[in-house]
Amino acid sequence: MDFTWFHRLGSPPHVYGLAQRLTPWLGWSAALLIAAGLYGGLWLAPPDYQQGDGFRIIYVHAPSAWMSLMVYVTMALAAAVGLVWRIKVAHAAAAACAPIGASFTLAALATGALWGEPMWGTYWQWDPRLTSELVLFFLYLGYMGLRAAIEDPQRADRASALLAVVGSINVPIIHYSVTWWNSLHQAPSVMRLARPAMPAAMLVPLLLMLLGFTLLFGALLLVRLRAEILTRERGGAWLREVLVP
Amino acid sequence: MREFLDMGGYAAFVWPAYALTLAVVIANVLAARRALRRAQLLGRRRLSARGEGA
Repeated sequence: MDFTWFHRLGSPPHVYGLAQRLTPWLGWSAALLIAAGLYGGLWLAPPDYQQGDGFRIIYVHAPSAWMSLMVYVTMALAAAVGLVWRIKVAHAAAAACAPIGASFTLAALATGALWGEPMWGTYWQWDPRLTSELVLFFLYLGYMGLRAAIEDPQRADRASALLAVVGSINVPIIHYSVTWWNSLHQAPSVMRLARPAMPAAMLVPLLLMLLGFTLLFGALLLVRLRAEILTRERGGAWLREVLVP
Repeated sequence: MREFLDMGGYAAFVWPAYALTLAVVIANVLAARRALRRAQLLGRRRLSARGEGA
C-alpha cells in the first residue's frame, strides 16, 4: 500500500494547494444543494399534520444543529491528532473549525427558540438538550478565548487542543439527551436506527440541506485552514511562491 | 403568494429563523474570505520585511 498521500496531509504547502483546488467544488455544490433544499422545504413539502407550516423551521434548525456537532467532532479529532503526532496542519485545522462551529451553534439555539415559542409556548427552557447545546456554545467560546489569550502559538495550539478533546464528552450528552432524560425536545427523526419518521417529500429537502451544510463546512474550513497555515509559516520558499504572483 | 408568506400563521417564527440562518451562512463566507486575505497580506509583509521580494 502506498501511504505517501497520507504523509503529504501533514505538509503545509501540499495541504494549502489541495485546499485551494477543492474549495470551489465544495462551495458551489453546497450552494446548489442548499438552494434545492430550500425550494423543497418551503414549497414542495406538505405542512405537518400537527405543526402546520411551523415545522418548516426544521430545514434551517436541524442543519445548524448538525453543523454545531459535526464541526465540534472535526475540531476535537484534529486537535487530538495535533496533540498526539504534533502535526502543525492538524492544529491549524482545529483552530479553523472554532468560529464556524460557534456561529452555527448560535443559529441552532436561536432557530430552536423560534420553533419552541409557538410549539412549546416558550423560547427557552433549562432542558437537557437545550442546556447541553448552550454548553457547546460556551465550549467554542472558551476554545477561542484560550487561543487568543496565549501568545506563543505552539502553547496556544496545545492548550486549546486539550480543551477541545476534554470538551468532546459533551457531544454524546447532547446527542442522547433526548433519550436519556425526559426532554421537551422531540426525539431524533432522521438520525435513528429505524427508518426516518417522515414522508419522502419532507425528508428529501432535509437531507439536501444537511448535505449542503456539510459541504459548506468543508469549503469554509478549507478557506480558514489556508489562512491558519499562512499565519503559522514564518518564511520559506513556498510562501513566496504562494503570495508573490 | 400571500398564503405562502403567511406560513399558515407561523410567519413570525418561520421567516426570522430562515433570515437568521441565512445571515449566519453569509457572515461565515465573508469572515472566512476576510481571514484568508488578511493572512495573505500579513504574509507578504513578513516576506518583504525579510527582504524576500514582494
